[in-house]
Amino acid sequence: MKRFLAVLLASLLFIGCVPVSAAETETQKPAASTGVTINVYNWGEYISNGQDGSMDVNAEFTKETGIKVNYTTFEDNESLYSKMAGGGADYDVIFPSDYMISKMIRENMLAKLDFNNIPNFKYVDKAYRNQAYDPTNEYSVPYTWGVVGIFYNKKYVKEKVDSWKILWDKKYAGKILMFDNPRDAFGIAQKILGYSFNSQNIDEWNEAAKLLEEQKPLVQAYVMDQIFDKMSSGEAWLAPYYAGDAATLVSENEDIGFAIPTKEGTNFFVDAMCIPAGSKHKAEAEAYINFLCRPDVAAANMETVGYSSPETEAKKLLPEEIQNNPIIYPPESILKNAEAFTALPDDISLQVDTLWAQVKMGGAGQTTTLVLVFVGFFAVYLAIVIWKKIKLKQQK
Amino acid sequence: MKTAARIYTFLIFLFLYAPIVVLIIFSFNSSSVGSRSVFTGFSLRWYNQLFQDSMLLAALRNTLIIAVVAAAVSTVLGTAAALGITRMNKWLRRVVMDVTNFPMVNPDIVTGVSLMLLFVAGNKLIGGSTLGMTSLIFAHITFCLPYVILSVMPKLRQMDPNLAEAAQDLGCTPRAAFFKVVLPEIMPGIMTGLIMAFTLSIDDFVVSYFTSGTTQTLPIFIYSMTRKRVSPEINALSTCLFGIIIVLLLIINVRTAKDKKSDEAPAKEV
Repeated sequence: MKRFLAVLLASLLFIGCVPVSAAETETQKPAASTGVTINVYNWGEYISNGQDGSMDVNAEFTKETGIKVNYTTFEDNESLYSKMAGGGADYDVIFPSDYMISKMIRENMLAKLDFNNIPNFKYVDKAYRNQAYDPTNEYSVPYTWGVVGIFYNKKYVKEKVDSWKILWDKKYAGKILMFDNPRDAFGIAQKILGYSFNSQNIDEWNEAAKLLEEQKPLVQAYVMDQIFDKMSSGEAWLAPYYAGDAATLVSENEDIGFAIPTKEGTNFFVDAMCIPAGSKHKAEAEAYINFLCRPDVAAANMETVGYSSPETEAKKLLPEEIQNNPIIYPPESILKNAEAFTALPDDISLQVDTLWAQVKMGGAGQTTTLVLVFVGFFAVYLAIVIWKKIKLKQQK
Repeated sequence: MKTAARIYTFLIFLFLYAPIVVLIIFSFNSSSVGSRSVFTGFSLRWYNQLFQDSMLLAALRNTLIIAVVAAAVSTVLGTAAALGITRMNKWLRRVVMDVTNFPMVNPDIVTGVSLMLLFVAGNKLIGGSTLGMTSLIFAHITFCLPYVILSVMPKLRQMDPNLAEAAQDLGCTPRAAFFKVVLPEIMPGIMTGLIMAFTLSIDDFVVSYFTSGTTQTLPIFIYSMTRKRVSPEINALSTCLFGIIIVLLLIINVRTAKDKKSDEAPAKEV
């Protein structure tokens, strides 16, 4: 009920704000033509879609510009990349994260943006421009950002959570969850060791892998979305996660806390809007990016998604409780100490994948067991077949 | 012994259906975070949200269109193919059956990638548009076809091969003989094939993933949520789908039972 009221109040606030801000920004008249359909590829559940009285962003865009949106979703950067590399899918607007943007720029997969068509870029704060993944800021417009922190269950974890090392604490064996993707999982180990996320020294990666292997016996499961269920049911007590999604769980369940480790620093990530090279509707795609940059639209998206906006103007339109939420808008001191991912060189990246597979599947010892089991299985099968044949012959 | 058997059956059913029952129960959960582990009270909010989520409904619509078209086309093609295959000589039949079974044993991922490559190359060659609905439908027909053939073939083998000739002796044209005698005889097989193709198409993820281009089906949409948190609307949607499929199966079972009865009734009179 409380949430419902909050949403209602927030939407009332929006209704109040929209005419004003729309007048301020003055909907641009792009070189884009109406009646065109653009293909937008975004993360799952990463836009305001009209539920609970929020703004239906895509419908609103079509209403204002006459450009239709074919909106589809992906689950991680790697599948976005493979879809793009495979060909056969013409996207006009995509939303990769930092390190994937630099990889795509390197491989000439992104088009340079025409910022004349994106006047609302002026709302994006200076602090979020020219990031390491796109130093000259020619290819991307930041959409959301966030940091990584740790969920903990206040009933069982009484100590102060300020270090990643708590995920290695034997006290909590079997109650710890871990990220099920290499960059995030390795990142935590690297911060403990004091290395950079983007280290090009393979020895440092090996060391991080060793640390992850040490942690493995304590880990209940390597998961992504199940973190929510396992945390709220008390099945697990500690889990790393992205701050943007954390706020919802923390506000719903008073046993759950979320802390951003201050000792070693954390990961700062950006998901940005880009246009793939070869997009057939570049001007329309730019109009879409421009629309998403409009503070009222950005605010509506951020409220639904829960991540943080790179626009101060949009932040101002959010309810007080979100603006002042230290999870969503952490203090400057944390951000100063945070590092972002950039793309790794191909050879390092390949070795990281191998190391990650080793961490998850176990070392060579376990592979031998697997082979033995398989051989045993095959032998039994062969024995049965031969035995049957012999029996058949005897009967004849 | 009998009770042991009963308990065993019960356990098997429990194992099969417990997850679905849990899913149905949690689709009525009122928890606002949509928890899948703590039940806080009865509510229809996820059903309500489900019908407001335009993206989810679009994905559902795509899935259903593809499933209906793919199932219909592959049933027609598959039945025709099965009819042809039974008339081949033994050696040729074997070869053709092995070839048609290949997509079934082939790992989905190989089918998916190879179809994608084929479509992309084909598009480049004829300068067609990108992958989407059409390529999805073609891909689904490809992997549904063997299942239809496989469910029609046994019915054809069971059928008396002289039946069609007998009908023609009694004055049927070849066409009428086919539609009035052969087709009703193999109908159960065709229906099984149709239903199988439909359900296979609905829940296919791997092949669709590679051939979907910029079109999104329901399994892809659901999978795209897994990085964050699968929305509880999906529980509601799954419950609805489960209900629809149960009803479909019931209708078909009742119909075949009736057919059997009407088949048996005149026989008794004679």
